[in-house]
Amino acid sequence: MNFKAKGERRKSKVSTRDPRVTGHAPLSQGRRQFMVGAAGLTFGVAIGVPEFLTSGNGAALAQAVKGVVVNPYVTIFTDGTVAIMSPACEMGQGSLTSLPRIVADEMDADWARVRIVPAPPNDQLYGNPQFRNLQYTAGSATVTGYFNNLRQFGAQVRYVLAENAARRWGVPPAELSTQPGVVLHQKTGRRLTYGEIAAFATIPAQAPQIEVEPVSKAQFRLIGADVGRVDVPSKVNGTAQYSIDVQVPGMIYGAILREPMEGAAPERVDDSAARAIEGVIRTVPLKYGVGVLAETPWAAFKAKNALKVTWSRSARGWGYSSDAGFAKFAAIARDPQSKGIAWEVKGEPAAAMQMAATVFEGEYRADYAYHAQMEPLNSVASVSPAGDAVEIWCGTQSQTITVTAVANALGIPENRVKFNGMLLGGGFGRRGNRDVEFIVDSALMSKAAGRPVKVMWTREDDVHAGRFRPLYVNRIRAGLDASGKIVAWHHRVVSDNVLAFADPVRFKVSKGRDNIAMRGTELPTYAIPVRLSEGLGQDTGMRTAPLRAIGVGQNSFANEVFIDELAANRGIDPVQFRLQLLDKTPLAQRARHVIEEAAKMAAWGTKRPGRGMGIAYLDYSGTQLAGIAEVSVDRSTGAIKVHRFWCTIDVGVPVHPDNVIAQTESSIVYGLGLALTERITIADGTVQQSNFFDYQVPRMADLPEFHIRLIPTRNHPTGAGQMATPLVPSAISNAVFQLTGVRLRQQPMLPDRVKLALEQRGQRFS
Amino acid sequence: MSQLTTTTLTVNGKRHTVTALPDTPLLWVLREHLKLTGTKYGCGVGQCGACTVHIDGKPNYACLNPIKDLAGRRVTTIEGLSPDSSHPLQKAWIAEQVPQCGYCQSGQIMRAAGLLQENPRPSRQEIVEYMQSNICRCGTYIRIVRAVERAVKEGA
Repeated sequence: MNFKAKGERRKSKVSTRDPRVTGHAPLSQGRRQFMVGAAGLTFGVAIGVPEFLTSGNGAALAQAVKGVVVNPYVTIFTDGTVAIMSPACEMGQGSLTSLPRIVADEMDADWARVRIVPAPPNDQLYGNPQFRNLQYTAGSATVTGYFNNLRQFGAQVRYVLAENAARRWGVPPAELSTQPGVVLHQKTGRRLTYGEIAAFATIPAQAPQIEVEPVSKAQFRLIGADVGRVDVPSKVNGTAQYSIDVQVPGMIYGAILREPMEGAAPERVDDSAARAIEGVIRTVPLKYGVGVLAETPWAAFKAKNALKVTWSRSARGWGYSSDAGFAKFAAIARDPQSKGIAWEVKGEPAAAMQMAATVFEGEYRADYAYHAQMEPLNSVASVSPAGDAVEIWCGTQSQTITVTAVANALGIPENRVKFNGMLLGGGFGRRGNRDVEFIVDSALMSKAAGRPVKVMWTREDDVHAGRFRPLYVNRIRAGLDASGKIVAWHHRVVSDNVLAFADPVRFKVSKGRDNIAMRGTELPTYAIPVRLSEGLGQDTGMRTAPLRAIGVGQNSFANEVFIDELAANRGIDPVQFRLQLLDKTPLAQRARHVIEEAAKMAAWGTKRPGRGMGIAYLDYSGTQLAGIAEVSVDRSTGAIKVHRFWCTIDVGVPVHPDNVIAQTESSIVYGLGLALTERITIADGTVQQSNFFDYQVPRMADLPEFHIRLIPTRNHPTGAGQMATPLVPSAISNAVFQLTGVRLRQQPMLPDRVKLALEQRGQRFS
Repeated sequence: MSQLTTTTLTVNGKRHTVTALPDTPLLWVLREHLKLTGTKYGCGVGQCGACTVHIDGKPNYACLNPIKDLAGRRVTTIEGLSPDSSHPLQKAWIAEQVPQCGYCQSGQIMRAAGLLQENPRPSRQEIVEYMQSNICRCGTYIRIVRAVERAVKEGA
């Protein structure tokens, strides 16, 4: 490989702004920032080892005393150790490993010498371009969003190392090549390890702009190869550190009895029984509830349960119920006069619908659903005695959102928040809300206590104050011409608002377009050129959040069951119908391939006595997938059993193939729960479920036999972390139809609902 | 009069005397009194298995066993399963890349270790039935099965 550096682009500008670095990982003093181009690439120079590599999460590197920071992502030590920053949060999705692999590949690092360091909160340096440089781990957008920048950073490092070697040897850089961790001059047989170069390297003041090979041609070495995830060894022996595991000297415990719904403040509090429990220090009045401070977690939990609180009735949610939500949402969805906010418009859908020979309609519903991450929410905070600084330990999906929220809650500047990011015991969208209320909890409680406090939510707290996937009523209308071709498509989504509640900052610039609720209504690969999807978000007073697969989980269910209904109506095989419906674009060619491969794997068309087969196809943010379910139904109970599930997935270039498979397994299991059992119900504004006995998630025996095929293609990598989830409910519903002739149009497909639908020969919504 | 009781029990081969509210679940004694945080809190009601430890050699829920009932009992946690992650299950867990978020995995491994003590050569069906008590929200179940099967094959 030759070293190509583009000539100097426009003059680099020295950033005079201090990088917004907070927390335990300040960049070293004397560091200068140079911005190149508009891509947000930052190149830095530092002398010596920056503090962030010798303290906190980087402490393991302290033995390497000398190193050179080549750029914000890479520091090379004289002993050959390469420290690579990983900007994303690790919640099980594997990006702690995947992102540094991208850098390491491009810089030709020896992976065995790589040490991964979680990046500190800093949107400017470590934000995800896909989220306008917000350091936010969500949307399965991590690998796809950071990919280009990380390759560029890696390539810069390799170039700078080679340039230094060239200077030392007095040869042109173009004569040099690299092997993992080594620069070579083939002509003379000379070699220098990266560590040896680090001892004398000078780092250019301006970032070289390197041309990296396009993904379609690049020769990757680490990208596309499997490797053990760096966090796995700590997760088999109990040493992995989640925020719930944090212990700091002098720490006490907090529990909070929270308002039953947003905006219901405590009016009258009787804490006498709570205070009588030994170990209870005191109660803390909060705007949104009552906190308990105690010497032990058990005393805190017992005291919380012993509190008697009367809540103000002013909150919007009082009187609301899931049933009322369905009735109201359905009425809005069915009303021709309702006007939504357009999410996607192509052509002239209203006019085309008027011209249609026939119009076909379907209504689809989903109940509220709960994240059920295994680690109940918690955080640890230590507010300084003067109340002007805080150190926090937490599992968050956004380092920078967290710093801002905690600073605001305490009324202190962000640079007085010292941030310690811990592993997340599951995220699934629950830990990235703009107010990170479960982290603010400990800050407020520590401020009240004047000591470090670990605030833990019980599982019951986690359910009762859950922030759910919203309740949905989707209505799709398709206009067909005389030949049966789809000439107009109208997908109306009525749901609780999500973005407005979960992220008011992003909502402000969204023009009312709720990307969390609406995503998945687009049909980028089907040849339906005239279409409209629109959202009618409702403020019910319920708490909502992105939940794994966000709106796609329901909107794709509506799309793919409706498509199946159209196929049945036309008397066309569901696989054939989808293949015929696909466009001619390159993306649709990839879609065709995943559908055909899934059908082949599942031996689609082969009769299985007592079993039904159903297919679903999905484009999820560019990732192409098809899923096929094989099911049976116990007609006496209505219970659906999924026996086998086939899935094909094309994420372009899979950076870490085995992890893509693991994430797909995980997504399918998650989808299985949402499809069959998981339901939160609301009565008088209050959550009715409490724990895993009444919110049932999949267990081992519920698992179908999996057949997952990863189809690598030479395209920019797209997401993997949740993509298969939406396939599951639609494939199951379509399989039940094939078996029974009855359409199931509501998630979850609970046994009672299925039984009733079978008895009534169809699922009816009132 | 103090509401607290003092209990002496053995954890990972070491005797500990703890003073706590008598109904304090073993889980919180392990985690916050003894700083053995590998055992996790998931539900507190014996529904998820994240807190699985061995009590007198058998898998049990640390969240359901109050400290007052544990005098003289022997408790093994994930920290005591092996000194260096060398238990065949731990090795198999790494080989199969089981954990995702990892939060439930101490409990999964302790549960599986109980299974192999009772039944060194379980069938796939027996593995699934035995592990039914433990939830993994990341859905790593298929890899857990494979890892148990691998440990059976390689661990003997």
